[in-house]
Amino acid sequence: MNYEAIVIGVSSGGMNAMKILFSSLPMNFSIPIIIVQHISPRSDNQWIKLLNDKSNLHIKEADEKEKIEPGNIYISPPNYHLMIEKDKTFSLTIDERVNYARPSIDVLFESATEAYKNNLIGVVLTGSNNDGTKGIKRIQERGGLTIIQNPETAESSYMPASAIAAIKPDYILSLEDITELLIKIDKQKK
Amino acid sequence: MKNNDISELEIPLLLETVYKKYGYDFRQYSEAHIRRRIMNRMAMAGLVDVSKMQSKLLNDETFASILLQDLSITVTEMFRDPGFYKSLRENVIPILKTYPFIKIWHAGCATGEEAYSMAILMQEEGLYERTTIYATDFNQQALNKAKEGIFSNQTIKEYTTNYQLSGGKESFSSYYTSNYDSVIMNQSLKKNIVWANHNLVTDSVFAEVHLILCRNVLIYFDKNLQNKVQRLFYNSLINGGILCLGSKESLRFTDLYDEYSDVDNKQRIFKKKY
Repeated sequence: MNYEAIVIGVSSGGMNAMKILFSSLPMNFSIPIIIVQHISPRSDNQWIKLLNDKSNLHIKEADEKEKIEPGNIYISPPNYHLMIEKDKTFSLTIDERVNYARPSIDVLFESATEAYKNNLIGVVLTGSNNDGTKGIKRIQERGGLTIIQNPETAESSYMPASAIAAIKPDYILSLEDITELLIKIDKQKK
Repeated sequence: MKNNDISELEIPLLLETVYKKYGYDFRQYSEAHIRRRIMNRMAMAGLVDVSKMQSKLLNDETFASILLQDLSITVTEMFRDPGFYKSLRENVIPILKTYPFIKIWHAGCATGEEAYSMAILMQEEGLYERTTIYATDFNQQALNKAKEGIFSNQTIKEYTTNYQLSGGKESFSSYYTSNYDSVIMNQSLKKNIVWANHNLVTDSVFAEVHLILCRNVLIYFDKNLQNKVQRLFYNSLINGGILCLGSKESLRFTDLYDEYSDVDNKQRIFKKKY
């Protein structure tokens, strides 16, 4: 498969999860990664800088109308929904919260399936609500690859468990194994 | 062709119908956003595809007004981004103080939360008596709600935190009266707000103003439309006038980038050059 993007949804426990994930991706990892992390609406996202120092890849906050480029990791700004347009640029909205969340994982995932169709990888990680469940289901319906963190290995098991209850994903893995799988997929692409 | 792909062709047709029959132009809005709202309404109305919605739109005026409402409503908060209001107090109020009267245009005011925030701020800075706030939106229902100035108790808690962080000088509860599960904003705040229907996409300049606030409206537009609306703002500002955008909006991609200087780039406050 020619996967063009990876979308990741993560909530409580996300900081540690992302540290593990992004510190082990190699510099030549090419598939762009787009993340919704549930975070306080008043956060200044300073933690992105810290995460960036630990990663070989360029991690940044997604900008309005920014073009999605290979080799980048994009993180949703606080208090905005993040969407992907068909021309692979970002849109932000301040629409109502979805699943009590803004940014919402479902909103990102649903727009991503429209933009990337089946060339999309969806990942649901640790978290304590059911945001992302509808979205990952949608990714599967459109033929994308679905990966869910093994709830037993998650800091908060509720979110991955909720997703597993709704679909039979392609993979249920620990963070370390997810990283390995993504690296393998990226290498096959080249 | 799958159902999903058909709707890709049908959504532009639907927006064309909305424009031709009802005069509202969403054709240059961000597609992902419009699509999400249309899909939500489709699901709620139990419609199986966009073409069913198309015919309902043509024949059912009640449904049409619901859909127009869906497409045009925006949500906001009082003192959203407290750092912005803080910067407004520190960097913009001293400029406004030099004018004998002050005209503010709050473009895309939705249900009025930010217009009331502005009125509070001007009152605290002792400028409200010589200020007129034109608060405009193209959604009449939102405007009506704004005019009433009634907000739920639930949201007021959040707004209070925002207000305090923004450098508010009073007790926030002194600006409203509680009534069971809602609050009503003080009459004195409404005094100098002029609520008016104005469509940024299809209407033109209506006044010359000292300050324009248009926060988190342009993010819904595509680049061309953003540019067009920026031109409208530029033509509405006096020389040295102030433009305030949302924290994720910028002038970078517009033709007018060189026509403004920064007042506070981080908070997206700009000044029209002389």
